[in-house]
Amino acid sequence: MNLAETTANPVGAGAMTKLNGFAQILRDNGFILGLAETRDALKVVASGGAARPSRLRPALRSLFCSRQSDWQKFDELFDAWWLQRGMKSATRVSGVPQTPPPGLQTETAGRRSSGESDQADHVERGEGSEVSEAGQSRREGASRTELLSKTDFRHLTNPEDLAEAHRLAEHLAKSMRARLTRRMHARRTGQRLDLRRTIHKSIAHGGTPLDLVWRKRKDKPLRLVMLLDASGSMSLYSAVFLRFMHGVLDSFREAEAFIFHTRLIHISPALKERNPQRAVERMSLLAQGTGGGTRIGESLATFNRWHARRCIHSRTCVMIVSDGYDTGAAEDLGAEMQALRRRCRRIAWLNPMIGWQGYAPEAQGMKAALPHVDLFAPAHNLESLKSLEPYLARI
Amino acid sequence: MNIPQEKVATELAAVGYIPDRDLATALWLMDSLKRPLLLEGEAGVGKTEVARALAQFHDTKLIRLQCYEGLDQSAALYEWNYQRQLLAIKARDGTDASAVEEHVFSETYLLERPLLSAIRQDKPPVLLIDEVDRADEEFEAFLLELLSDFQVSIPELGTITATTIPRVILTSNGTRELSDALRRRCLYHYVDYPDVDREARIILSRLPGIDTDLALQIANMVSLIRKEDLRKSPGVAETLDWAATLAGLNIRHLHDEPEAVFETLMCLIKTAEDKSRMTREVSDRLLGKVA
Repeated sequence: MNLAETTANPVGAGAMTKLNGFAQILRDNGFILGLAETRDALKVVASGGAARPSRLRPALRSLFCSRQSDWQKFDELFDAWWLQRGMKSATRVSGVPQTPPPGLQTETAGRRSSGESDQADHVERGEGSEVSEAGQSRREGASRTELLSKTDFRHLTNPEDLAEAHRLAEHLAKSMRARLTRRMHARRTGQRLDLRRTIHKSIAHGGTPLDLVWRKRKDKPLRLVMLLDASGSMSLYSAVFLRFMHGVLDSFREAEAFIFHTRLIHISPALKERNPQRAVERMSLLAQGTGGGTRIGESLATFNRWHARRCIHSRTCVMIVSDGYDTGAAEDLGAEMQALRRRCRRIAWLNPMIGWQGYAPEAQGMKAALPHVDLFAPAHNLESLKSLEPYLARI
Repeated sequence: MNIPQEKVATELAAVGYIPDRDLATALWLMDSLKRPLLLEGEAGVGKTEVARALAQFHDTKLIRLQCYEGLDQSAALYEWNYQRQLLAIKARDGTDASAVEEHVFSETYLLERPLLSAIRQDKPPVLLIDEVDRADEEFEAFLLELLSDFQVSIPELGTITATTIPRVILTSNGTRELSDALRRRCLYHYVDYPDVDREARIILSRLPGIDTDLALQIANMVSLIRKEDLRKSPGVAETLDWAATLAGLNIRHLHDEPEAVFETLMCLIKTAEDKSRMTREVSDRLLGKVA
């Protein structure tokens, strides 16, 4: 089928407008459609192979969908647009982006803009980022950064300090990445002969390979999987860790982020989302259930069952950030931790409460989990986060 | 050619693949729009089988590229035959170096790998890029370029343009999120487990000797097992194994032989954890629900 055929059997202007409108609705709902897709859709309509809705639907569906979530949303949108069925729900999904809860909105907006500018900065500064970072803080006033990095997150009440801590957490995650990679380069051994280039060079010597060309082995990058407790008891810490996770996702090529409270939610797609409307839509999931009890065992079970196979490879460090207060059974948590331990290289459990004076891991859940944890470390301020880096570099 | 989708469906059925209606449409679109088709779905729902059936139905070659972590151009596209090149250089020792260079980097010493071979066939083949999510992101970017231009440049030889455009099927298991660009380039179809009716038809088409009633019972039972909370749900291939086993044991009705049903469930259950979950009681309870 080609365009000539299309012009021989033209599509009415009405149908074309209707189709364009439909494409617009889909775009509003987060579908990724280019001009090529709409053009192809016109061809399909013109070919007559999709004359009735019952035939148009599957054709447009395979053309316009590009992931499973699209696939699931498609039918409802299709019905609303072409069959005027379920109009109410269509306006709900297709209308102007819903206003998110105020806190969430500023969080996402701030994250967007700062995330982008930070990234640009980061590339430009490259490896000297530490220096300019220090320079910046000097300009801002006496060792504010240093002070901030030692303050427990729960004592940060001033919104400015809090924002600064968030920014630093994200920055820390990014610089961590830069240094980890550099170390990996230096350690690279295992080299292989690059036959193609060697032969190229050997022609001049009549085939004797005098100049050998080597190829460096590609290292499997360290993958970080972060599980963040977002329950009520952690509420003072979870926001700053969310920022940290965002930084990690942004700079580590391989990282996954999850949060859990009464259930487990995979948030890396939401944190990576560039389309602000979709980001808000996805982040709004976070609001559900936060501040309630924690079911660490169950959440880990969900992770082991549905995500572990995909997320974990041989060089993976699983980082759990939680205070260990579990409302579920401690035995379950122990069993799931054991299962998880078998799969990954290291488990690091970060507990903000270790930083408190006189803390001992007395919580039932924490006790059950401890035997399976490789690193049990505090995470109550920026400095404790920073000290994780040497550990990660050794994995 | 009035209803092309249905034509595709019947023709695929003739070569032993029973597609659902949506998939038939996607395959028809793939041909008319010349776009690759991306298939996603659980392991064992028959994604790879689609490519095989398509090749059979077009009576053409199936060229398969299995993706894995670290897959690079030399394994996917082309490689020089180094041993022969070295021999040739030795044999021409003393002659003009640039002439030798031109000679050893010619077609004769080129080893075709799946992607190059797919664009140099006389008849458009079916190119199956299996589990594309396992390959690295760099490879995905390269693939995207190939799929839109259908030409390959080899530094020593120049640009090779496709003689025919292959029908491309990509499959993904969701190990890694694919890029938006690749997704946009492709038609998309989410392959689900077949419903009872379709699965029964699949059993009948693959095991022609089997009793229709038994096939339906097996399909029913398997669909119930898939609803159980198992770590690894049985795929279509497992269903076929089980059906063949039951037919081989001369079983007519599943109800008559609960013992045999339970003992042969190992065709469907593949992990120790699932095995401990599928006790005799569970098996009998599910069997009770099979009409």
